[in-house]
Amino acid sequence: MVQMTMGKALNAGLRQAMRDDDKVVLMGEDIGALGGVFRITDGLQDEFGAKRVIDTPLAESGIVGTAVGLAFRGYRPVVEIQFDGFIYPAFDQIVSQVAKLHYRTQGRVKMPITIRVPWAGGIGAAEHHSESNEAYFVHTAGLRVIAVSDPQDAYRCLQQAIASDDPVIFFEPKRLYHHKGEVDLEAPLADAPPMGLARVVRQGSDATIITYGAMVRTALDAAAAAEDEGISLEVIDLRSLSPVDYETVSASVRRTGRVVVAHEASREAGVAAEVIASITEFCFEYLEAAPVRVTGHDIPYPPAKLEKFHLPDLDRLLDAVDRVMDRPNSLSGAADAKGAER
Amino acid sequence: MSPHTTPIVDTENDLELTERVIAPDGTRVANPQLDRYIQDINFQMLRDLHRDMVVVRRIDAEGVALQRQGQLGLWAPCNGQEAAQIGTARALAARDYVFPSYRETGVMYARGAAPGDYARMWRGEEGAAYDPDVLRIAPLQIIIGAQTLHAVGYGLGILHDEADEVAVAYFGDGATSQGDVNEAMVFASSYRTPVVFVCQNNHWAISEPVGLQSQYPLAGRAPGFGIPSMRVDGNDVLASLAAMRWALDHARSGKGPAYLEMVTYRMGPHTTADDPKRYRDDAELAKWRERDPISRLEAYLQSAGELPQEHLDAVQAEADATAREMRAACIGMVTRPAIAVFDGVYAEPHSGLERERDEYAAYLSTYEEA
Repeated sequence: MVQMTMGKALNAGLRQAMRDDDKVVLMGEDIGALGGVFRITDGLQDEFGAKRVIDTPLAESGIVGTAVGLAFRGYRPVVEIQFDGFIYPAFDQIVSQVAKLHYRTQGRVKMPITIRVPWAGGIGAAEHHSESNEAYFVHTAGLRVIAVSDPQDAYRCLQQAIASDDPVIFFEPKRLYHHKGEVDLEAPLADAPPMGLARVVRQGSDATIITYGAMVRTALDAAAAAEDEGISLEVIDLRSLSPVDYETVSASVRRTGRVVVAHEASREAGVAAEVIASITEFCFEYLEAAPVRVTGHDIPYPPAKLEKFHLPDLDRLLDAVDRVMDRPNSLSGAADAKGAER
Repeated sequence: MSPHTTPIVDTENDLELTERVIAPDGTRVANPQLDRYIQDINFQMLRDLHRDMVVVRRIDAEGVALQRQGQLGLWAPCNGQEAAQIGTARALAARDYVFPSYRETGVMYARGAAPGDYARMWRGEEGAAYDPDVLRIAPLQIIIGAQTLHAVGYGLGILHDEADEVAVAYFGDGATSQGDVNEAMVFASSYRTPVVFVCQNNHWAISEPVGLQSQYPLAGRAPGFGIPSMRVDGNDVLASLAAMRWALDHARSGKGPAYLEMVTYRMGPHTTADDPKRYRDDAELAKWRERDPISRLEAYLQSAGELPQEHLDAVQAEADATAREMRAACIGMVTRPAIAVFDGVYAEPHSGLERERDEYAAYLSTYEEA
């Protein structure tokens, strides 16, 4: 076990994947000498050379489209999109080509492409640098969508994504890049939980918070705060947004009967909507209260000074917990809340 | 090859700046640039090219007929483009890999497509018409120009593998307006990938004339990316073959990508859903009919006394037999069972899709029990 940041863990995961399989090639803008704008590919061009760590022209569709051609030839390209908001020029290649070629060819052509996306907000970035666009990709059949939340998971899931014969959209919460944690670099990858599984990061009995990415930490903070009020919250990190591990989710909901689903992305037709719809299908008779979403607003990602009002924080999460626990909350009215006896 | 740099005011009608070796009236013309690439071509080989074009035209006509009879959902005719497709595709080595658009019936034929391969996708049985590994052709591409990037990426793989192969992208004049085609040329040039871009300028992108895509010859764009190019008479099968041999030689020898603009004409509609009478006049069609690629080669062979009736009879018989086989294969296709809609979405198990498949299987089973 070693302490390292998520950024370093991702770097270690890439290095290991490249050592394990010489068909793994990295492509992206500025990933070579610079090591990527977040330094995730730092030192990899020195070790593996410019033929395997490929600096590309500044063209996102070009990057993903050429990765498709490399996959046709048996390579396993790992593509870095510099920022979440820059993925849209590559959208056609991702949803029309990467996602569909396996299906169109009845499995004759594999697309083992990993598309790494420094993702989501909370770092005070410029426009188009903080977006949570996972729902577009979850809605596209043929893609797997992964969102990691700590260094250990980042290290393992990235290798699993690269080893997968399916294309993976791999979201890296950039506000966690400098977050440190324990990473076991020695443990065999085969022993790690598959990347499609959710994990219970904190056990509890009164309500379940389901989330992913950087919001996992917010949810854990909320759970700690709720404990002070005598409320026991279970926190689930989905890890995989396509597929969602409903076995783990349903098992938790059946025990707690109360659910909050939280994410940074906008609400309308978002991942939370899908997760709650499925929970309602699978566990309706176990629910004690209507599930509640805590999400970003349905607005373009706001300027940096306003992002703290957009991103769900600990207080908004706790308010949602109050709602599912039938405690005084923002919807039950301020006067009621003040007058309520606890 | 030196690229053309002279702007052409009328890109739709100016055909005289194209390279050719057989004039529209069948006269053999000397071409110092191209002649050295076809010194080995004898009359038997020319008759083979003629046979190819006649068979492809027959396949194409059968495709239209099958669509009209409700056997195919759609068909994208290649009538008029036989020389551009056969000439370029016959220059390929078996190991080369092609990334086509949806109109490349002639290229499929030259790569050894089976009769059913022409119909399978348009009939709606499968997303891809054939096994890409067998023909060494990627699935027919519908999204305009997307395949050019795939060819460049494949070429990058060829470079990495240090293999003696070339990747080839086929696309139309409309595709040259797409960002992907331009990005493909940037990437190909930057990495010097062994790629040949074959732009079939058939003058119409559905109803939009080539002049709307470009006020400059399409071949003239490539040099701006550092890619040598040639503007070729795409209705001259021999010139098409020669130019493609030049382009392949260039790419194969490590000099990087090459670009051909095959100046040709789509004689029929964009697809069977299109009505070209709404946007182009008969006079234009008549003008191009005089440049027909098949009758041009026939005129040349005839004047040389090298077009015996036995050849014409045999070619016609082969064309008709191919069409019959295509029709039989098409009509004989067996649609996969309902549950097969889920097949092949993912390479590995996906719990969400498996749940849906199980639900649908349970639903289907209620019919079986009833």
